[in-house]
Amino acid sequence: MNTPRMSGLSRLNLAALALGLAFLYLPILLVVVFSFNASKLVTVWGGFSLHWYGVLFSSPAYLEAALHSLQIGAAAATLATLLGTLGALALTRLGRFPGRQVFAGLMLAPMVLPEVILGVATLLLFVSLDIERGLTTVMIAHATFGAAFVLVIVQAKLVSIDPDLEAAARDLGAGPVQAFLLVTVPALLPALVSGWLLAFTLSLDDVVLASFVNGPGATTLPVRVYSAVRLGVSPEINAISTLLIALVSVFVIAASLLYKRTLTARG
Amino acid sequence: MTARRICLLSLPLLWTAVFVVVPLLLILKISFAEPLLAQPPFTPLFDNGALLAQTGNYALLMEDGLYARALGNSLLFAGLATLCCLVLGLAIARAVTQAPKAWQPVLLTLIILPFWTSFLIRVYAWIALLKPEGLINAALLGLGVIDAPLVLVNTGFGVVLGMTYSYLPFAILPIYASLAGQSPKLTEAAIDLGATPLQAFWLVTIPLARPGILAAGLMVFIPMAGEFVIPDLLGGSATVMLGQTLWTEFFSNRDWPMASALAVLLTLLLLLPAMALQRLELGKASR
Repeated sequence: MNTPRMSGLSRLNLAALALGLAFLYLPILLVVVFSFNASKLVTVWGGFSLHWYGVLFSSPAYLEAALHSLQIGAAAATLATLLGTLGALALTRLGRFPGRQVFAGLMLAPMVLPEVILGVATLLLFVSLDIERGLTTVMIAHATFGAAFVLVIVQAKLVSIDPDLEAAARDLGAGPVQAFLLVTVPALLPALVSGWLLAFTLSLDDVVLASFVNGPGATTLPVRVYSAVRLGVSPEINAISTLLIALVSVFVIAASLLYKRTLTARG
Repeated sequence: MTARRICLLSLPLLWTAVFVVVPLLLILKISFAEPLLAQPPFTPLFDNGALLAQTGNYALLMEDGLYARALGNSLLFAGLATLCCLVLGLAIARAVTQAPKAWQPVLLTLIILPFWTSFLIRVYAWIALLKPEGLINAALLGLGVIDAPLVLVNTGFGVVLGMTYSYLPFAILPIYASLAGQSPKLTEAAIDLGATPLQAFWLVTIPLARPGILAAGLMVFIPMAGEFVIPDLLGGSATVMLGQTLWTEFFSNRDWPMASALAVLLTLLLLLPAMALQRLELGKASR
């Protein structure tokens, strides 16, 4: 009785899924394909070539910017993971302390606020304190931004961990720090890794915050790419995009494999 | 317990106070200053204890049609793109819930994956597709559908398309969460009682998914309203949005007080109402 109706619906659903995924993936796929194009024209296929990757690797401006981005990303992600995790612990393990809602709201604000506002605000702080802008100021802005995302991920995981487990470890003689490190941290690990990776990716991707708070000689890769994109489409940008996509894909696959292993290890 | 409490709270609390609260207050403060050719490039708010607040920036915001147009564009394009995200998000999220259980995590991963690739690259991809000598025009010309290239980039269409594309994954997830929580028996019951599948979807599924749809809408609308990169790359001079105006005031005109006033305007007119709506709706849902 239900079968014809169901198959009719699923054809519609199949179309929605196929079109939806095509919409999400085709533009990215085209960038990758055209990065191997021998022709300088970005829409005409002139045969397979690695020429643009060569151009990229012989350009010190891009290499330097990439190095800056990786340094900032790694430092910002680590700091964001620390801040976000402490924030999540405070929100889940301390019960209802006064100002809890306000604290949660303010920690999450960087995630909700448009980046231009956060960018102007952070820059005004650095200017008011007379702090010279450079790699560190970008790192601080990215850590603040990333911490909000880490908070959400870690908090979601913390809620599902029974606090009695830590209490049990305490009863069995572990100190508070020992109990936390040996019981809660291993259970949190997948969330910590995803949080770190998300913060790293967000930092590696950010144009707006970095444009506001970077200083001379502290150009990050997205800022460099952005100024090139503003001038028009070029094959080098296709090549750099492809490298970034490959890098991120490796990270995401590693994270999901790690996540799966942690799940199976605990049965 | 108290020592632990202080230990856990102090670092994130201090960090948030210094790098979120103080900067936001600084914006408010500097929005009442005037630009100055000096370092820092704005007048002080207090001079020997006397308050020197200037409301000139806000007066100009009201008078100059440029800002009203930017606000209108922000509302229009972010609103349209939110609508597109919700319609597409509903169709895709519903399709995922109808897929076999084993497939659902895979499909969701596939939907989120583009979000992990660079935002800038995804916007850039659309320039290559939309520009006059781009692939879409080349294909349409080749097929003989059109005689002259369509103007797709530097238009409101380009901006709405780019924002829909970039934010779609954010809309799908909350909608999926609220659809996945519904029992399929509800739709079945409606159909048994004589509703067509479309009616059942419209009259049963959508109203039940309302909190998820609203959450998705606000989640994409708020960042879109302040978006800078997408309108800058895919839009033109007629599609300037508030985020771009703020950027221009800051970087091109070096008018930091005006940029701050625009940030305050953006917060007051777009963010606070959206957040209030969210609160209201969440309160309703929990009752």
